[in-house]
Amino acid sequence: MNYSIVEFYDRWGGMIWKATLETFQMVSISLAISVIIGLPLGVLLVLTRPNKSLENKYVYQTLNVFINITRSIPFIILLFFLLPFTRFLVGTSMGVKGVIVPLVVYTAPYIARLMESALLEVNKGILEAYEAMGIKTRHIIWHVMVREARPSIILGITIAIIGLIGATAMAGLVGAGGLGDVAYRFGHLRFEPEVMYVTIVILIIIIQGIQSIGNRLAAKMKKD
Amino acid sequence: MIQLKNISKTFYSKNKEVEALKDVSLEVKKGEIYGVIGYSGAGKSTLIRCVNLLEKPSSGDVYVNGQKMNSLSPAKLREARKKIGMIFQGFNLLQTATVYENIAIPLKLTGVSKDEIAKRVDKYLEVVGLQDKKESYPSQLSGGQKQRVAIARALSHEPEVLLSDEATSALDPETTESILALLLKINKEFGITILLITHEMHVIQKVCDHVAVMENGEIIEQGTVMELYSDPKKETTKKFVNSLFPHDIPEAGLNVMKQQGPIVTLTFVGESAGRPSLSMVSKKFDVHTNILSGNIIQLKTQPYGRLVAHIQGEKAETDKVMEYLREEGVRVDEVNIDEL
Ligand SMILES: Nc1ncnc2c1ncn2[C@@H]1O[C@H](COP(=O)(O)OP(=O)(O)OP(=O)(O)O)[C@@H](O)[C@H]1O
Ligand SMILES: [Mg+2]
Repeated sequence: MNYSIVEFYDRWGGMIWKATLETFQMVSISLAISVIIGLPLGVLLVLTRPNKSLENKYVYQTLNVFINITRSIPFIILLFFLLPFTRFLVGTSMGVKGVIVPLVVYTAPYIARLMESALLEVNKGILEAYEAMGIKTRHIIWHVMVREARPSIILGITIAIIGLIGATAMAGLVGAGGLGDVAYRFGHLRFEPEVMYVTIVILIIIIQGIQSIGNRLAAKMKKD
Repeated sequence: MIQLKNISKTFYSKNKEVEALKDVSLEVKKGEIYGVIGYSGAGKSTLIRCVNLLEKPSSGDVYVNGQKMNSLSPAKLREARKKIGMIFQGFNLLQTATVYENIAIPLKLTGVSKDEIAKRVDKYLEVVGLQDKKESYPSQLSGGQKQRVAIARALSHEPEVLLSDEATSALDPETTESILALLLKINKEFGITILLITHEMHVIQKVCDHVAVMENGEIIEQGTVMELYSDPKKETTKKFVNSLFPHDIPEAGLNVMKQQGPIVTLTFVGESAGRPSLSMVSKKFDVHTNILSGNIIQLKTQPYGRLVAHIQGEKAETDKVMEYLREEGVRVDEVNIDEL
């Protein structure tokens, strides 16, 4: 089959545009929730690790093991494994709403890990200097630790977004749509390779764009 | 102002115990600059960190301005810490914040009002001479400038005490001088008591009134700087003092010289360091003097000099010379060749 660009656009444009929006929707919602959950967990991991201010073997090890377990399960399996839990939590396991839960379960622990390593990079001398000035621990966490780690946090989130976009490709299986789903259905199942190529190009552009925005933001915040 | 009473601190790490401080006591009077010197691992940092309870002593009591620090509640401890400034070898500034923000953020977090913050930042940046760097980031500053920002940050809380943990150790000699001059100025102008830690004797010599020497977690000697310089008792103290008076005299010549008259160390303190006693000697007596090595250094309040000299002449004459010099206020010690 051969189309002109106009014909292609007329025929598939609306659908691809819709799929792009669905991908953005899934990624942004699950990213927001994952950061809200992952950042505090990352902080907790840093504070409770051995030789740190709130050292707590049980909290640290429990978190550690939990994160490792969720991170060892491939997303596609997590998606099905979590079906009952998802239905219980949001009333449905289908559509964008249904896919957010597994996406968050998949991404939040990953973000917790990325936050942990970003926060560990912060020079502990600075934290000590603030402690010596009589500043509350929660202020030190937010205004010193998280602040100083911002460049690495941004880079971490960039990596997480890219992982999330990959995971949303499988979201089609629960009818959530998205670009990956379009590429799979039309390219593989209905043999419309042009549609697949176009969606792949769009995905590549999005990922390149996100990575360079992330790099630029991080560099700007780094101040050196 | 600062009193440490019988402080001990033991670190426990994997099946190992390190006794970093062993029954250390020390008192820093209001308005003075007190130095602690010692080699790496002597326990200096642990000691200074006990003052603001960054390190909790295993036993013993810490008093700052009459307040017992080691039994305060967390909230009270935070209050007390606001009045104890601290500067570090590594500066410890926020890399992602400007000079202005580096001073303003801690003030804001300790509840200082907006107007007051702006005033204080300006005031203390002027004290450290960095008004024009307000909008710079630490990565754009030299080491000396970073330490000045750290000092301004500490001063902006208007502390009574300043703790300095090797604040000049990462700086070149010239920058070190300027930071030391700044510490002296702070001490004089704001009357801030300073406890500082160093492994460099010239830091002690430049700014300190009192000094303690630490070794293996113990204070082995303490006193005024002049006392320790003129009469060091312990080996380590002697080494530190000697580091300021290097002498490399060819050993071969020494035995020959010794036949012709005594080799002496002449120590001049204050007044006598300025007077040319030694040059008078060869005019007044039938001897020749020959300076083998020597140095005169400026202590905080007075000059202090030490020469190694050979006095060549008959024993009767050289004895008279030594007596004459002693009358002039010079300390004269005959030297064992092995000690040189
Ligand atoms: N947190 C810690 N855990 C275990 N051991 C420690 C700890 N802090 C210090 N020590 C040990 O205590 C001893 C004294 O250390 P301290 O840092 O006070 O020495 P220092 O005199 O400041 O040395 P330097 O000049 O190298 O800074 C050392 O043997 C060190 O290994
Ligand atoms: Mg130290």
